[in-house]
Amino acid sequence: MSTLSTLKQPASLPAHLTQTSVGKKILTAVTGFIAFGFVFGHMVGNLQVLIGQDQYNTYAETLQGLGALLWVIRGFLLLAFGIHIWLGIQLKLENWAARPVAYKNETTQQASLASRTMIWTGLIVVSFVIYHLLHFTVRTTNPEYADLTDSLGRVDVHSMVVLGFSSYLISAFYLLSVGLLCYHLSHGVASMFQSLGLNSPKWQKRLDVLAWLAAIVLFAGYAAVPVAVMLKLVSLPGGGI
Amino acid sequence: MKLDAKTPSGPIADKWEKHKFDMKLVNPANKRKYKAIVVGSGLAGGSAAASLAELGYNVDCFCFQDSPRRAHSIAAQGGINAAKNYQNDGDSVYRLFYDTVKGGDFRSREANVHRLAEVSVNIIDQCVAQGVPFAREYGGLLSNRSFGGAQVSRTFYARGQTGQQLLLGAYSALSRQVGLGNVKMYPRTEMLDVVLVDGHAKGIVVRNLATGKVSSHAADAVVLATGGYGNVFYLSTNAMACNVTAAFRAYKKGAAFANPCYTQIHPTCIPVSGDYQSKLTLMSESLRNDGRIWVPKAEGEKRAAGDIPEAERDYYLERKYPSFGNLAPRDISSRSAKEVCDEGRGVGDTGFGVYLDFADAIGRLGEPVIRERYGNLFDMYERITGENPYKTPMRIYPASHYTMGGLWVDYNLESNIPGLFVIGEANFSDHGANRLGASALMQGLADGYFVLPYTIGDYFARVGAKNIQPDGAEFKEVEKAVEERTRKMLSINGSRSVDSFHKELGKIMWENCGMGRNKQGLEKALQEIPALRERFWKDVKVLGDNSEMNLSLENAGRVADFLEFGEMMCLDALDREESCGAHFREEYQTEEGEALRNDKKYSYVAAWEYQGNDKRPALHKENLEFEFVKLATRSYK
Amino acid sequence: MNLILKVWRQKDARDKGRLETYEARNISEHMSFLEMLDVVNEQLVGEGVDPIHFDHDCREGICGTCSLVINGSPHGHQKATTTCQLHMRHFKDGETIYIEPFRAKAFPVIKDLVVDRSAFDRIMQAGGFVSVNTGGVPDANAIPIPKEDADKAMDAAACIGCGACVAACKNASAMLFVGAKVSQFAHLPQGKVEREKRARAMVSQMDSEGFGNCTNYYECEAVCPKEIKVEVIAKMNREYFRAATTKI
Repeated sequence: MSTLSTLKQPASLPAHLTQTSVGKKILTAVTGFIAFGFVFGHMVGNLQVLIGQDQYNTYAETLQGLGALLWVIRGFLLLAFGIHIWLGIQLKLENWAARPVAYKNETTQQASLASRTMIWTGLIVVSFVIYHLLHFTVRTTNPEYADLTDSLGRVDVHSMVVLGFSSYLISAFYLLSVGLLCYHLSHGVASMFQSLGLNSPKWQKRLDVLAWLAAIVLFAGYAAVPVAVMLKLVSLPGGGI
Repeated sequence: MKLDAKTPSGPIADKWEKHKFDMKLVNPANKRKYKAIVVGSGLAGGSAAASLAELGYNVDCFCFQDSPRRAHSIAAQGGINAAKNYQNDGDSVYRLFYDTVKGGDFRSREANVHRLAEVSVNIIDQCVAQGVPFAREYGGLLSNRSFGGAQVSRTFYARGQTGQQLLLGAYSALSRQVGLGNVKMYPRTEMLDVVLVDGHAKGIVVRNLATGKVSSHAADAVVLATGGYGNVFYLSTNAMACNVTAAFRAYKKGAAFANPCYTQIHPTCIPVSGDYQSKLTLMSESLRNDGRIWVPKAEGEKRAAGDIPEAERDYYLERKYPSFGNLAPRDISSRSAKEVCDEGRGVGDTGFGVYLDFADAIGRLGEPVIRERYGNLFDMYERITGENPYKTPMRIYPASHYTMGGLWVDYNLESNIPGLFVIGEANFSDHGANRLGASALMQGLADGYFVLPYTIGDYFARVGAKNIQPDGAEFKEVEKAVEERTRKMLSINGSRSVDSFHKELGKIMWENCGMGRNKQGLEKALQEIPALRERFWKDVKVLGDNSEMNLSLENAGRVADFLEFGEMMCLDALDREESCGAHFREEYQTEEGEALRNDKKYSYVAAWEYQGNDKRPALHKENLEFEFVKLATRSYK
Repeated sequence: MNLILKVWRQKDARDKGRLETYEARNISEHMSFLEMLDVVNEQLVGEGVDPIHFDHDCREGICGTCSLVINGSPHGHQKATTTCQLHMRHFKDGETIYIEPFRAKAFPVIKDLVVDRSAFDRIMQAGGFVSVNTGGVPDANAIPIPKEDADKAMDAAACIGCGACVAACKNASAMLFVGAKVSQFAHLPQGKVEREKRARAMVSQMDSEGFGNCTNYYECEAVCPKEIKVEVIAKMNREYFRAATTKI
């Protein structure tokens, strides 16, 4: 197949994945899958708050104990998130450019609201994640958390979480953001399969259901912690705040 | 004018082989010195342009559609014949040849038809290699169906979209050559005239339909693959823009036009629903296997079909042709429908329709079986008419469908103008007075893939590369004439739209030169058409200007040519005082109403030569000799 | 019935264009949508107004020439129906109908409702074929093809190249069109020889034409008059990944 086409085609796999429409789509799906894996794992970690202070602080310490490996994982996740966000923004800009004149009368046939708001749900979640990191990981917003220790002298992340979610404002923002994240995933999880070529008319409906199930499970899992704190099902060791 | 068919001598099965050897060749290294213009990108044009480019010639290809993929070959439904004998049912090249000559009612050229049957087998191979998804059996081999006029299963098909798939195959081959730079494609470009240099066709003048720009293009030969002229009836199963202009312009430059009166009327189309109707849609003939055709016995019947008792229905085909019944051949069924409607017994709002009733079949076999057999056709019928054919009978009526006539060509597919080749439906050569089902696709691809690429090479080798440029006096003169004609149409600024003239012409043609023709009607039409033409040139209203996309202007040029062409069609029908195939002269029929051929007097191709505006064209006759097939009367008893 | 039409009029590519309002009077429910426009055009010509330009040809739903976005949906809201096969019985007396051209950067307007879809041809020229010359090919039955594969190829090959998928896609993406052709050949042994080159070439050309990206809205599938499924896009994604990981 030799045509006179003077178009330059990408020369390597990374180039294919970052320079062509289909490649970018595949890469978005792959990085989305990594992010989804993180979101799921993070939920499992969070739920340990409900078991108790000891369990959760042990879990936190184990993570911290990974040392250099933790930084490798963090770097990997950050890269995946970064690529996912960067591609999302780039694709959106290209998509806007692809239709310079809008329809006066536009209707939607079957595209879900979630699919049409991916960029917005995605960007809001990003802003939340930044706050969330500043809040609990870097602790810039609440430096007082840094001094909390438990009876074994470990960093008391359990109390930090309870204290954090005791603020209705923070909990509300958290719930909203997690809700949007799950809404994002209600399209994203099914979309991921399609982008990776793993779809058929028979599976299309099933994947949609699967995506919604995943979104609901994640939302329930994430919401459990702040809700438990606000309902005082989980509290500080002393029983008071 | 001398019409030399240049048919090779020798046994029928060896003629093409011998001719291929006798033809001159162009050395591979010299091919790039030659350029061919191909007008039209359907099955014939698309396949020819691709094949010529593959050989190494330079090709310029033109189509008026916005893409070569949209040519009207795409609409063919049923299939394509080929003498593969994959079914082991006794098919052979000779049988396909014989069926085609007989189906054409012995009015085609034997040698051309035999070659068509010979190369039919190559077409299927070629299309499969291109990735055309023909229907297959579970064992993985190709599937066949049977079709009218044949007792063997030799029709290959791709669902109900065979034409589409074959065209997309040719289009993919063409696209590949465009990508390689061997074909320069000019879409949205309409040919308005052919240019002769020293008596040879060496170029064309075209109008870019998007910008209005008129320009000249030169080449060493011109190939017309511009389809048929069924739209002379205004309403037909052809696409809206199908037209006779390219062929008619060539005729005006001296190319003979052969057998224009051979037009095929298909019996099962969805009837006209009102004056606004713009086109007719074909329903597969296979429906007649299970449907019963009837009209009310009484004139002016107003009751709904279901309320008319059995005793008051006239199943006229079953009555008149007890042995064939509803499966009577195309021309007989079409004419019978016309008769009962002319008697005032037609159904539907317009009175031009007959019932095709599935109630009996549904009662006998059950709705699921009928749905299984015809579901997609029933859906299409409902989409267009809004009626549910499972509940009420379908209404059908015949419609103009295919034109066997066309520019006269010799065995090389070259017209009497040297260097002007005509292929596909645009020529007259292979179908005689009637075309069999699934043979149009076969002919288009045979011409384009396997005949023209050889014969055009012989012409090139004989005359040599001329490297003509499109700026000579011959080109300027034609360009000027084209622009003058356009200016004239734009300046009339009368009171009637182009379409209104086209509709009026269509009515004249349909009534007098349609399914049944007679002397009186044809003479009447020959009075009316020139008068209509005169009114057109005085009173047509074409808005806009020439330097932009202008659909009325495009259409006006086409209708103007139809207004002249229709007259020639009537002349031809009047001249042919016999009935043969689709040409039915009411004066010449047997007692049972069958076509009555007159082989002694009319076994010839009528080739008409232009003599000047408003002058009667001259008739030239190419006598048809049947060396291998015995002339016989077609019988459906 | 009588209708109000809001029709996009644009003299040429440079003109900004605007919606104009016309009345369509005495429209029969049996007319096709294009016949209704024919009637309006006859009226306009009578009044000395340039008729509304729109693309159309076969009027039986197979050539892919007709387009139009009718009330916000390419080819109107009837399922599996092209504009030329859409009939007026699906509209109500007195209804206002919006008629706009297919909108995409890759489909520039030529005039009124007529757009230039030659980008599709260029994508086909880049790789939408099997590289065989005329003649010298094996017998058609030399390579058996499982019926399921032939049927799948035919499902994809049913595409009429109308561009409704692009017009409906919120991103003006051409993935359904390209996916259909890539899938057709990927299902057939004839097409497998060049599968990697084809996927690369067609995707590159598609990208260079300025079509948007696929974000899996599936609007294309909903409006496709030939009901081509987004499965073909999934197949193309697999083919492309295969091509991206194969040395050519």
